[in-house]
Order: sequence, then C-alpha cells, then structure tokens
Amino acid sequence: MDFALNDDQKMILELVDEVSEKEFAPRADEISAKGEFPAENIKKLTELDLFGITIPEKYGGLGMDYLTWTLVSERISRACTTTGLIFGTNLLCTYPLLQFGNEEQKKKYLPPLAKGETLGAFALTEPEAGSDAGNVQTTAIKEKDSYVLDGTKIFITNGEVAGTYIIIANMDRARGPRGLTAFIVEKGNPGFTFGQHFDKMGLSALPNVELIFDNCRIPSENLLHKEKRGFRVAMRTFAAGRIGVGIGALGVAEAAFEKAREYSKERVQFGRSISSFQAIQHILADMATGIETAKYLLYRAAWLLDQNEPFEKISSMGKLYASEVAMKVATKAVQVFGGYGYTKDYPVERYMREAKLFEIIEGTSEIQRGVIANFILKE
Amino acid sequence: MRIIVCIKQVPDTEELGKVKINPATNTLKREGVSSIINPFDENAVEEALRLRERKGGKVTALSMGPPQAEEALRKTLAMGVDRAILLSDKAFAGADTLATSYVLAVAIKKIGEFDLILSGKQAIDGDTAQVGPGIAEWLSIPQLTYIRKLEVNDNKVRAERVLEDSFEVVETSLPCLVTVTKDINEPRYPSLRGLLKAKKEEIPIWSCHDLSVERKRVGADGSPTQVIKIFTPQPPGKGEILSGEISEVADRLIREIKKRKIV
Repeated sequence: MDFALNDDQKMILELVDEVSEKEFAPRADEISAKGEFPAENIKKLTELDLFGITIPEKYGGLGMDYLTWTLVSERISRACTTTGLIFGTNLLCTYPLLQFGNEEQKKKYLPPLAKGETLGAFALTEPEAGSDAGNVQTTAIKEKDSYVLDGTKIFITNGEVAGTYIIIANMDRARGPRGLTAFIVEKGNPGFTFGQHFDKMGLSALPNVELIFDNCRIPSENLLHKEKRGFRVAMRTFAAGRIGVGIGALGVAEAAFEKAREYSKERVQFGRSISSFQAIQHILADMATGIETAKYLLYRAAWLLDQNEPFEKISSMGKLYASEVAMKVATKAVQVFGGYGYTKDYPVERYMREAKLFEIIEGTSEIQRGVIANFILKE
Repeated sequence: MRIIVCIKQVPDTEELGKVKINPATNTLKREGVSSIINPFDENAVEEALRLRERKGGKVTALSMGPPQAEEALRKTLAMGVDRAILLSDKAFAGADTLATSYVLAVAIKKIGEFDLILSGKQAIDGDTAQVGPGIAEWLSIPQLTYIRKLEVNDNKVRAERVLEDSFEVVETSLPCLVTVTKDINEPRYPSLRGLLKAKKEEIPIWSCHDLSVERKRVGADGSPTQVIKIFTPQPPGKGEILSGEISEVADRLIREIKKRKIV
C-alpha cells in the first residue's frame, strides 16, 4: 500500500493550501453570515484551473485523477464549507457526462465546465422523491426530435448559478425507477425557470434552489445515456458524488477540530489550560481519530474509482462515516468552547450547523446504511 | 512587447524572525528558512504579464543567484512568463548592488532587443532599491522608479511615481526600466496548468563563461561596498506611561524631557 503523495499532488496541494488559507478561510464567516454566493472564491478556483482536474485534456481539463480532486476538495472545504460544496457539486455534472455522455455531448459541455466558465448541477430530488429516488414525478415525453419536461425539482445545489444541469425525469411513472431518464438541460432553455431559494439552517450562501420545468422542450440529442436508464446514471453519479460530499464533511470536521485544539490550549480555567484536563484531551483524541479514519475511507474510495474498480460500497461508507464524524466533531467543538462556542463570535456554531447537512444530502445516513447492507449481504 | 523582468529570491517575510546572521561572514544564515520571490518583484511579473495580455509579445524572467534561485524562476514560469534565465556562478558571490546590476545588464544585452525592463522597487532583504536603477545606468536607458501605475502607448510610457506623501506623473519613451510598488497590481496565483507546465520547462543557467563580463567587475571583486558588520539592533527600552491630573502629568513630562535632554 502506498500512502505517499506524488510530486504533482504535493505541488498542487501547496498552492491550494496557500489560496485556501489566504483567500477562502478569512472570508468564510462573512460569506455565511451574509448568505451571498461566494463569486470571488469561484473566480479564484477558475483561475487556478481547479474545475478541470478530473476532466481529460482533450475536453479542456488537466486529465488528473479523482484522488487529487479529493485532496484538493478537502483543502477548499476545510477553509470554506460553502466554496467546497459548490466545487464538489460540479462533479455531479461532469462525472455523468464523462461516464454516460456521447462524444458530441462531451465536446460540447465539458470544456466550459473544465475551465469553470460554466458551473454544473444535478437534479433528482423532488417533494415526493429523494430517498425514494424512483418516485420522480417530473415527466419527460418524447415528441419527434425533442423531449418535453414538466415538473419541479427542489433543494438543487448550484441551482440558478449553474449553466449545465443533469436532470432526472420519468418517462414511465408506472414503472418507477425503470422509467427514469437523464437529460442535459441548459440554463436559459425556454420553459426552464428557477423558483424558491431555500432558507436553510446553515450554508446560507450555498444556492439550493427550486427548478421549474413547464413545457420545457429540449432537443433529443440532450438525452444522456439511454431512455429509461436514468436510474443507473443517478446511482453511479451519487456513488461518485458521495466521495465529494464525504470530503466536504471531512473538511468541516478538520476545521472544527483545529479550532477546538487551538482554543483548548489557550483557554485557562482553574489556573491551567483546559487542554491539560483529561476530559478535554479525550474529546480531542476522539475527534482526531474519527477524522483520520474518515479520511482514509474517502481516499480509498477515490483511489478505487481511479483504478476502475468497484468503489460504490466504500464511497457510501466514507460518506456515512465522514458526515457522522463531522457532526460529532462539530458538536464537541462547541462543547470545548463552552459558552463562547454557542455564540456567533466563534465559528464553531457555524460548523455545527453546516455539519448537519452532510448527514442528509446525497443520501441520508439511513439510506447509506441500506446501500452498504445491500452490498455486504450480496457478497 | 519584449519585456524583461528582473527578480530576486529572498527569505520568506513571514519567517523573517527565524533568519539568523552568521557573525563570522556577516551574511544571512538561510538554512531552514523557506525562500520566496521578492514580493515587489511579483508585482513586476504581474505587470509584465498584463502588458503582454494587452499588447502581445514575450516576457523573460531573469535572476542572479545561487542554483536554488531556479525555484523562484520556476514560479514565474507557472505564473505565465515565456522563459526564465538564471545567472549563477561562484564568481558572482559576494556581489553588491553595483556588481549585481552589472551582471544583469550584461545578460540583458545578451538576450538582445527589449522594450521594457521591470522589477520591484526594492528587495525585502537588502532594501537597497539600487539594482534596478543600476541596470538602467549600465544600459544607458531612462528609469522610472517607485511606480504605482503604468501606461504604455506606442513608444510612450506614462507613469505615476510615488513620493513621500503624494505622487508625480512622469513620462519617458521606450526602451526604459521601471521599478514598481505593491499598489500597482495584485499578483496572480499560478494556475495548475501553469505549475505542471513550468515543472517540465528547462531553465538555462548562464555563468561567467556564457556572458562577456569583465571578471574584475563581478562578485566580491567588483563590489566597492564591503559589509563590515551585520547585527540585530537592540529593541528600545520599555516606554513609561505617565498618569494622573493633566497639569501634574504635563509638569512631569517637561521635567523628564529636560532631564533627558530630548529638546
């Protein structure tokens, strides 16, 4: 087993660390408090070519592996959870395009995504369909050389800011998952508009938006993969996306842990730093152990993906574990800060609110356990 | 436009506290201290790249230093300069600003025709601000120093030059040398594409043999400046804060000033 980073990865991470620490971390509190889309940060990611890491050179990317992408995403998320999630969500658009797109679709859609000129998004979730992915009510009807989409998607990350959307619609609602079909829809397509921006517990600067399809006609060449094979597209995309969501959770955990560690050494009670008390030491030890464990599950999932080996089980485990570690670490970080931790003067309360999201998106913890159980009982 | 940017590798400012002086040689001990591009020189690189983006042309980065200065040049390649050349030779060691500007000027002549030479206003280690002007003198071209805004139109250069509490607008014609302040721009980060490309790039090293230099003008031999001693100044003693009634404090202040012969 080789846990060493190669020279390219070290060089890239050094740059990403510098930018994250100098540009993203100092503004994370403000971005979150104002709830404004961090356009400046996204511009920086674009200038650095980070959106193109996993996209082959022939489509305008850098042709590097998912492990490098994962390591980069971890750095960004640690500095600014919102920026990390916007970055990570892009993968939910580029990955299915690469896996299921035909040559024309890749040539058309990937280069602007690789350059960061366009952001990507993926939409399955509806009021009646999330965990129950097969229950998608949005319909797609084939009419000559086009498809007509009707329905509403909710909570869609990068909604409205993204230019390219992978939309899961149903061509045969009676057949549930077997009717699902994936489409590529561009922002500005007639009949495709944006509704409500959801007001959330945390991550208020992260766009989570309602997408409305009202007699939205798209050309038939925008069918992604095959008709009624959209369930597979969605499941594969989620499996890869779980690495990205897991690494976002890990970033929050690392940030919360670091703040708790620093604070415990500075905070004096009973005449000594609270880090000298075993009660606090054990909290910190558990935090660090959880983070380290989650990290290697996620790195391994990314590595398996790079080797073209089955990665879905491990990515589910990584997402499940990292998100629960993030929630525990953030909650305990607030505890280490005591009363101050509950105030908005310190970022740990923000981490706690942010961490909760990760146990829900991209498949809840309950769904992950179901996925993992399915895998292990079949083995 | 043919632009040459002169850069210097210096110890990292954020680690300056760690920089120690070797009392025997009167030089800095650089072991364990990471190196960066002199920050003002990064502004010069950025300005060169912006000029090239507007007017086309080629940017060459040039540095004189030990072999490890290659790392600083590689960063300029990652930022987007077209080529980088390192001037390195044991014979260049111990150079003062005169000998340094001489070698850089000879190298610039070897590079050939140019329109503009850019560099930072000074290096954050030596703080002399003399190498830029020195190069201009060796090449007999006009120099604009401490520039915070630069416009180049055809052959004309118009610039804002920072003074102590104001600025002046100055003009000259190409070719010329310009040194820049921090306010002129915000240097870009290298891109991933730039980093990966720069890693593979060849950086030629020019030594004494590659340059038609007069040996007596380079290195310690060519340097009229001799460093007698380098030392860290003692921090001034703790200040004293007077408190109490205003008239009483004023009286005591006057007494102290008289006693210490400050006025």
